[in-house]
Amino acid sequence: MKMTVTTLEKAVSEKAATVEFRGLRREFGPTVALDGLDLTVRPGELLALLGPSGCGKTTALRVLAGFEHPDSGEVLLDGEDVTRVPAHRRDAGMVFQSYSLFPHLSAVDNVAFGLRMRKVRTTERRARAAELLDLVGLGDKGGSFPHQLSGGQQQRVALARALALRPRVLLLDEPLSALDAKVRLTLREEIRRLQQELGITTLFVTHDQEEALSMADRVAVMHAGKLEQCAAPAELYGRPATAFVAEFVGTMSRVRGQLTAEGGDTVEVLGQRLPVDGEAPAVTEVDVLVRPEAVRVRADEGGAGRVAATAFLGAATRVTVRLGDGTEVKADLPTHEAAALGPGAAVTVSLPERPVLVAERKN
Amino acid sequence: MARLTPARPAPWRWAVLTGAGLYFLVPLAASVVFTVDVPGQGVTFDAYTRILGTEGFVSSLLLSLELAAATIAVVLLLMVPATVALRLGAPRLRPVVEVVCSLPLVVPPIAFVAGIGTVLKWGPEHLSRTPLFQTFVAIQNPDFPVVLVLAYVVMALPFVYRALDAGLRAIDVRTLVEAARSCGASRTQALVQAVLPNLRGALLNASFLTLALVLGEFTVAQLLGFQPFAVWIVNVSGSQAQLSVAVSVLSLLVTWALLLALAGVGGRSRTASRG
Ligand SMILES: Nc1ncnc2c1ncn2[C@@H]1O[C@H](COP(=O)(O)OP(=O)(O)O)[C@@H](O)[C@H]1O
Ligand SMILES: [Mg+2]
Repeated sequence: MKMTVTTLEKAVSEKAATVEFRGLRREFGPTVALDGLDLTVRPGELLALLGPSGCGKTTALRVLAGFEHPDSGEVLLDGEDVTRVPAHRRDAGMVFQSYSLFPHLSAVDNVAFGLRMRKVRTTERRARAAELLDLVGLGDKGGSFPHQLSGGQQQRVALARALALRPRVLLLDEPLSALDAKVRLTLREEIRRLQQELGITTLFVTHDQEEALSMADRVAVMHAGKLEQCAAPAELYGRPATAFVAEFVGTMSRVRGQLTAEGGDTVEVLGQRLPVDGEAPAVTEVDVLVRPEAVRVRADEGGAGRVAATAFLGAATRVTVRLGDGTEVKADLPTHEAAALGPGAAVTVSLPERPVLVAERKN
Repeated sequence: MARLTPARPAPWRWAVLTGAGLYFLVPLAASVVFTVDVPGQGVTFDAYTRILGTEGFVSSLLLSLELAAATIAVVLLLMVPATVALRLGAPRLRPVVEVVCSLPLVVPPIAFVAGIGTVLKWGPEHLSRTPLFQTFVAIQNPDFPVVLVLAYVVMALPFVYRALDAGLRAIDVRTLVEAARSCGASRTQALVQAVLPNLRGALLNASFLTLALVLGEFTVAQLLGFQPFAVWIVNVSGSQAQLSVAVSVLSLLVTWALLLALAGVGGRSRTASRG
């Protein structure tokens, strides 16, 4: 961790760029892809852009790359408005979701493509391309054509190609989504390592929350073309700013509760009285949002809850409990404790004495 | 796919293959026999040697080749950027363009040429005092009738559009262009360096079809009064039956040779781009 910080600082002092989206708006006919997006990416950080499919992540990235033009708003690179700069002068390297290597060029020529556009001499650009292929662990595959490479290898070459011109920002649009789980994990770590070594400002689009939380310095959650919250992974998970973030990041169950009359800063839930975390909605009938690891389940003959299902996760077991009012709560228990709770077992559910998130009741 | 094919093709394949082979080869063989087997003289290649000496052979063949080259150049320069732009910018216009490009298949050449002829007659009369008059004269220069190139471009549209569209369908044009652009390529560079090399097959197909079309086209050229190869063959055949069949066989061979040459050029540039 220490080393990461020093590398980052070094990179920051050298060249890493700041990216700023200001009030970006983009409509495609009736669909609003971006609805006033405001976001700042700090120099040298890896910022994950997380959100459900269709929320405008790709559009935001393409606006930054220069492939899409916003209806209003602007994009700033190091404080400079680049909204009107054509794509090929943006200084942004991009890795695409689909395989995007030039099929007619070998791996090394693919990586050298940008240098060829810049009229770098053949020997020089081949040397640099070979160096970059080494960097992504494909030093021996320089002569292979894209169709001879596996999906993971193709994305590595694409990464090397995006880095060849030493761009100021690196844009990754779900680069791992087409790969199988195992390759995805190793490549995820490798992208992160490379990004930290180079200290390059990076925007990583993904709809996979685990990917975002495990890789990013900060995660920006988008919903319907807007930014919901931008925070470090731990904060996003522990203190989600909105109900949408709470439910999109990690697993969240909704339990019915009532806000108590006096100012609405405590909530009555599961027979307990707990303080409300953050702003409470202006209604009394609310849902309390709880993480499975915060829910306690105890076998109890007189309990109103019934175990509906159990799922073995390894060290923990996820128990789904159906409460008296029909709502379901998920709880993670140590596997040895959960062993006693078969389906149908009567239980009581309780929450720790900590502030809880509440949201307006759904349905 | 190859692995699924049994080592020995099923009998019905042989039957189909033999049937098709007979259908094409028997008339061809008959033509060849007719030209070389002169009654009373035995086998002689006289008919073929006479072709070279016949007036107009070289000039009409050259004219056809020039027309073919010009048509291929114009139609590709026109259609490649258009089809790529269509894919990138307005995919919803595709059906419209497809229908427009197919119109020449529906309009018979005879109607087409009647229209051109009317314009060519009408133009000089009404424009005799304007510089356009010179243009009308120039495009009908019998040494190189530009008007034929224009007509052939229109007639080749359906084939060229289809060939290019099939080629573009096989690649992800948008991603290739954007990848090239993010590597610092301008729009033109992206088209030439990233898209065209991957369309080689489609470009070759389009060129094949256009070449075959121009070499064999008779109606338009004849009715507008020019004499490229096909028109010359018909003119010659009136006088000597044997010679005309020999010329047909020869024209078939010439077309094949050209197509093979075109394929050869395509194949060579592939190895060159890899080196
Ligand atoms: N070129 C386009 N034409 C029409 N609609 C588009 C286009 N690009 C994106 N959209 C629409 O904009 C919305 C956001 O798309 P996108 O940014 O790709 O979402 P994400 O990457 O988050 O899945 C979607 O509803 C999508 O259908
Ligand atoms: Mg997307």
